[in-house]
Amino acid sequence: MQKSAAADAAAIPGIASPSRNSAIPAQARPADAAAISKIANQLRISSIRMTTAANSGHPGGSLSSADAFATLYFGGVLAHDPANPSWEGRDRFILSNGHICPVWYSALGKAGYFPESELATFRQLGSRLQGHPQKGTLPSIEVSTGSLGQGFCVAAGLALGLKMDGKASKVFVSLGDGEVEEGCVWEAAMASSHYKLENLIAFVDRNGLQQNGPTEKVMGIEPLADKWRAFGWNAIEADGHDARQILGAFNRAKTAAGGRPTVIIFKTVMGKGVPFMENDHQWHGKALPKEKAEEAVRILEKGA
Amino acid sequence: MAVALNANVSSTPAEATRDGFGKGLVELAEKNPRVVALSGDLNDSTRVDWLREKFPEKFVQAGIAEQNMVGMAAGLSLSGRVPFAATFGPFMLRAADHIRVSIAFSNLNVKLAATHCGLTTGEDGGNAQVLEDLAFFRALPNFTVIAPCDSLEAKKATIAAGEAAGPHYLRLGREKTPTITSEETPFKIGRAEIFRDGGDVAIIACGIMVGEALKAAESLARERKIEAEVINLHTIKPIDEKAIVAAARKCGCVVTAEEHQVHAGMGSAVAEVLGEKMPVPLRMVGVRDKFGTSGKGMELLKAYGLTAEKIAQAAEEVVKLKK
Repeated sequence: MQKSAAADAAAIPGIASPSRNSAIPAQARPADAAAISKIANQLRISSIRMTTAANSGHPGGSLSSADAFATLYFGGVLAHDPANPSWEGRDRFILSNGHICPVWYSALGKAGYFPESELATFRQLGSRLQGHPQKGTLPSIEVSTGSLGQGFCVAAGLALGLKMDGKASKVFVSLGDGEVEEGCVWEAAMASSHYKLENLIAFVDRNGLQQNGPTEKVMGIEPLADKWRAFGWNAIEADGHDARQILGAFNRAKTAAGGRPTVIIFKTVMGKGVPFMENDHQWHGKALPKEKAEEAVRILEKGA
Repeated sequence: MAVALNANVSSTPAEATRDGFGKGLVELAEKNPRVVALSGDLNDSTRVDWLREKFPEKFVQAGIAEQNMVGMAAGLSLSGRVPFAATFGPFMLRAADHIRVSIAFSNLNVKLAATHCGLTTGEDGGNAQVLEDLAFFRALPNFTVIAPCDSLEAKKATIAAGEAAGPHYLRLGREKTPTITSEETPFKIGRAEIFRDGGDVAIIACGIMVGEALKAAESLARERKIEAEVINLHTIKPIDEKAIVAAARKCGCVVTAEEHQVHAGMGSAVAEVLGEKMPVPLRMVGVRDKFGTSGKGMELLKAYGLTAEKIAQAAEEVVKLKK
């Protein structure tokens, strides 16, 4: 977690060398790849339970992203402090694909940001766990998201602000693959390389499916990595269900230099871990019925 | 009681409200090192250039990408800055949902400055003359919406917005208009000011129509013996209900005047207050469900009936409706 104080390539005037201004808090020892995979399955179980209890929500992408979230929060990737969520030196995280908040809320609960018992209130009246992340509810929510593409633009501005201040904090932002159909994603991608935001790390859950079917049928987004590269980004492709590869990709992104932001395209499977959900786009935005959920949890528990 | 205005309007150079914004931005940045401005390839026209020239490190060029400009402004506010994102009024609306979710719903400290609002944008034509922005912004929770009446007030409004917390929208114009206020004229966000005393009809206006309302009041007094109270409702949201109700109670009838669609603009906001709190006869001067067209700014105001004469005519009509 030691941050390099190497001088930033200044894209704009007035940039100091990066600093965190305060010590990185002691964190639990990072989980290894096997432990990360177990945690990912726990996040999957939690996501299924939350969406089924709410009888709504987005389990498919939550399951495909679970390994990335387990790695980010428990593999020592993100500098954060659950005991002090607004720690100034923290890395920032923005969930631009806000609809997969079940997996994020599950990770935050497990990390100790709020009692895990609160996960059962997801999408209910009065709950802090809104259907899409809403700023002002949980302390970890930097900005309200759920309208696709917007969180990514905000992440770019936040990375720019941190860079202007010479802060070492990184900005991580999660995107869905269908989300990149939004034009503003490419506006922000252009601006991020223009301003040499190497402190910005985007990761795309490339599960290949969106609400209406396969991305390449709904609106072709390939060649995806080449598109990002053409926009001036480092693009890394990795197996989004292999904790070792995920860790490796995040660590490469964190040490990226040369004034380029980095995107990691995680090749994943929608509904990963539950055979009857896998690669079926109907589970993008639909909760499992109770009996199916129980079956899914039984399957996932074997891997948790 | 009417507040002090500029006693030497004719000898004060005319300026556009966008000019006041540019001056206010520089003054604010001199006081607050966290101020930063963004523009979408319109540095000169929005007057953000005045800040950029003095403090290049406080300027972010967003390019022709308004959604991302607004999103980056939201992100910059999360890094503890006070961002002002500026573009032409119609282009601001391209970022409508970003404004709604990233800024309003998140209640972030972002200031949006829309120059070139209204018919007086002129020759560029109907596409460029936004007449619907107030409808959008005043419907958004958490937003403060301000339409200053002249350049000096725009400067004060810019500084006040920068010093206040939360999302603010500044509605500004391109056309040079008389500076009707003075340094002494009070300005406080959310407080309407009486610019002329009168008891027969209340004329409530915002933006450059305040000047037209004052002219209308003078001609009403001179030619019709009607004494109009003129109220500058620069803050459309939060609206000064007390001032509106007091004026309606005192005068018994109201005319509104704005450089915007009458639907869902400032006049509608006044009508909502009157309807609930103090129903009195009302006439609204504004654009009536039409788009703009090419022409000179002042010609267009005349062509669309946004003039002192039309305000006076509406006042005469509404006075007759009083019980």
